[in-house]
Amino acid sequence: MAGIDRPEGRGGRRILITGIAGTLAGRLALKLEADDRVDYVGGVDLAQPSMDLRRTEFVRADLRNPLVAKVIDSTRVDTIVHMSLIAEPGSAGGRSRMKELNVIGTMQLMGAAQKASRVRRVVMRSTTAVYGSHYRDPALFREDHQPRQVPRHGYTADVTEVEGYARGFGRRRPDVDLTVLRFANFIGPDIETPMTRYLSLPVVPTVLGYDPRLQLCHTDDAVEILYRATMDSHPGIFNVAAPGVIYLSQAARMLGRPTVPIPAGLAGTVTSVLKPASGIDFTGEQLPLLQFGRAADTSRMIAEFGYTPAFTTKEALADFIAAGRVEPLVSHEAIERAETMLGNVVSSVLRRVS
Amino acid sequence: MTDHRGAEVISLDERRRPLGPVDSGRQRCQKLRADGSPCRLYLDEEGRCRVCEPTGRAAHPSSGDRRARRDRLGPDLPILSDRDLADLEQAVRGVLAFTRRRLTGDYDVDDYGFDRDFTEQVVMPLARPLYQRWWRIRTDGIHNIPDSGGALLVANHAGTVPFDAIMTKLAVFDEHPAHRHVRELAADLVMKVPLLGPMARKSGNTLANGEDAVRLLGSGELVGVWPEGFKGIGKAYRDRYKLQRFGRGGFVEVAIRTGVPIVPVATIGSEEIFPIVANVKPLARILGLPYFPITWQFPLLGPLGLVPLPSKWVIEFGEPIPTAHLGPDAADDPMLVFEMTDRVRDTIQQMIYRNLMGRRSVFF
Repeated sequence: MAGIDRPEGRGGRRILITGIAGTLAGRLALKLEADDRVDYVGGVDLAQPSMDLRRTEFVRADLRNPLVAKVIDSTRVDTIVHMSLIAEPGSAGGRSRMKELNVIGTMQLMGAAQKASRVRRVVMRSTTAVYGSHYRDPALFREDHQPRQVPRHGYTADVTEVEGYARGFGRRRPDVDLTVLRFANFIGPDIETPMTRYLSLPVVPTVLGYDPRLQLCHTDDAVEILYRATMDSHPGIFNVAAPGVIYLSQAARMLGRPTVPIPAGLAGTVTSVLKPASGIDFTGEQLPLLQFGRAADTSRMIAEFGYTPAFTTKEALADFIAAGRVEPLVSHEAIERAETMLGNVVSSVLRRVS
Repeated sequence: MTDHRGAEVISLDERRRPLGPVDSGRQRCQKLRADGSPCRLYLDEEGRCRVCEPTGRAAHPSSGDRRARRDRLGPDLPILSDRDLADLEQAVRGVLAFTRRRLTGDYDVDDYGFDRDFTEQVVMPLARPLYQRWWRIRTDGIHNIPDSGGALLVANHAGTVPFDAIMTKLAVFDEHPAHRHVRELAADLVMKVPLLGPMARKSGNTLANGEDAVRLLGSGELVGVWPEGFKGIGKAYRDRYKLQRFGRGGFVEVAIRTGVPIVPVATIGSEEIFPIVANVKPLARILGLPYFPITWQFPLLGPLGLVPLPSKWVIEFGEPIPTAHLGPDAADDPMLVFEMTDRVRDTIQQMIYRNLMGRRSVFF
């Protein structure tokens, strides 16, 4: 793809990022700004970017607005990085608005991109949540795995539809590199997601009798993969996640948090009590995840990008803990002290006996 | 006896090995009894028969040592020596360290959720008394399991509760020189059940599907399958030791695709732990179970009925059946897969019959 690396004139790369207010999009923009192969970085969002961006041109717009098509045209971008996906109704101002922004926004964006002949590459953020969670699922999902139940509502349904639009776009513009990145739950010192909020609760509610495997993705690795997908040609669908899994119970112990098992039948009640204060939703697509867990096979990503994530799932969580945003209720030092003390007591008792 | 398609016809007469396990090299007593028939008991390590020469039976060596020491030292002196105390201290410290690791989340699990620390420190010590004392399991042909690299163990399934899978896992871990872990492929229903599902994953099970199995075997793991599934463990006592249908032969496809040998495994004794008299199908349907068994003990004896009968077990690992020479594409040839499935099933059935003929009684 020599043409795309040096498209026109003095031409470096011209890149447009949607959802620039998000942490990952902001960090990607920072990284692109620092790369001298990049001539132009544009960012679209409704909210102000959270990062301190210098070169990036910020366009306050709704993706559903025809203005976006004009922006794509007038800025002569060759790459669109679609990062604008809202995971929770709360931040968007209601579920119906969230769906509008996610699904209709992507539809409009893909429509505009299809018309823009200069666009040669589209990178889309997706999530491993599209695989669902089921006890009949294999331990690791491959990219070609079809979910057992097509999600009908919620974030997963949105992303499934969004991926559908992306695939349609890919069919109609075969000359464009389309990269779909399915990320596991993000974690890191600098990001706030439903997962980090859930793990930061004073006690971690779990589903009684289940201990799901969790797979996370450190934000550093996520940004690196996004950057590589933006700068180089890696068409296809890829799972992006840290190597390895941890159990939810193990994560809670690492965080120094007690777990509170709740019968699956009471999940709705618990949500209605917890949600106003914490924003934690236990129902819908979250419940099977907390029962059966989910992990994806990342071998295709590692082979294609030639990049092994720097953080394993366990290390990613440890990095999140080390940032000190979560105060452990039971400190690991106290447990170690107790171990040493008990060990010494036993030794002295045994010596007295002999 | 190999015909041109590579299928092997195993005739009962020609290929039958001598009665009893050949590998153990143990001799029978053969002394003529009162009724004129030869005594069929095995000789012990010192070449004595337990019944015909009863005086020669030595006490358990470790308890003998201890008793001898007590006799030598006199009754007032402590039974525990300094070394025992040091061992005890070591054990207590081990338990404390394990507890600390669990409380701080300081352990690793693999992609399938296998928690080695938990399995070796909790699950296996709980299962070991059953293995050693309750069912007094003897293994034969453990050397048929390779020291490294992938292999597929295929075993018969019986006993209402899948204790045979746990015992096979323990047999391989304890008796095999390389102390390998068998990674079991479990039914989807197991994964669904609260408490049991996570417990199964933590002790090395994963869902029985082609993807997981191929990946596990490809990474050089020892994988165990019980292809009869619920048809095997839930069958009536009158059908004991009759192998049920071997699924759809998916396990053979997986073995051929990854080129690993198939090790046939026959377990004797597992059929008698919970003999099923009847299956209450309506109750099973209501509870969402594959079967609801009425056994000799359950529910007649109440909670006591949950105690399995102490039958004597033998687990025999047969000669590996290679698949590497077929090439991975052979997995797409249904006829070959059927033939291979039948061959494995026949081999296990013959191993079962041979061991049954060699056994003295159900309980000894």
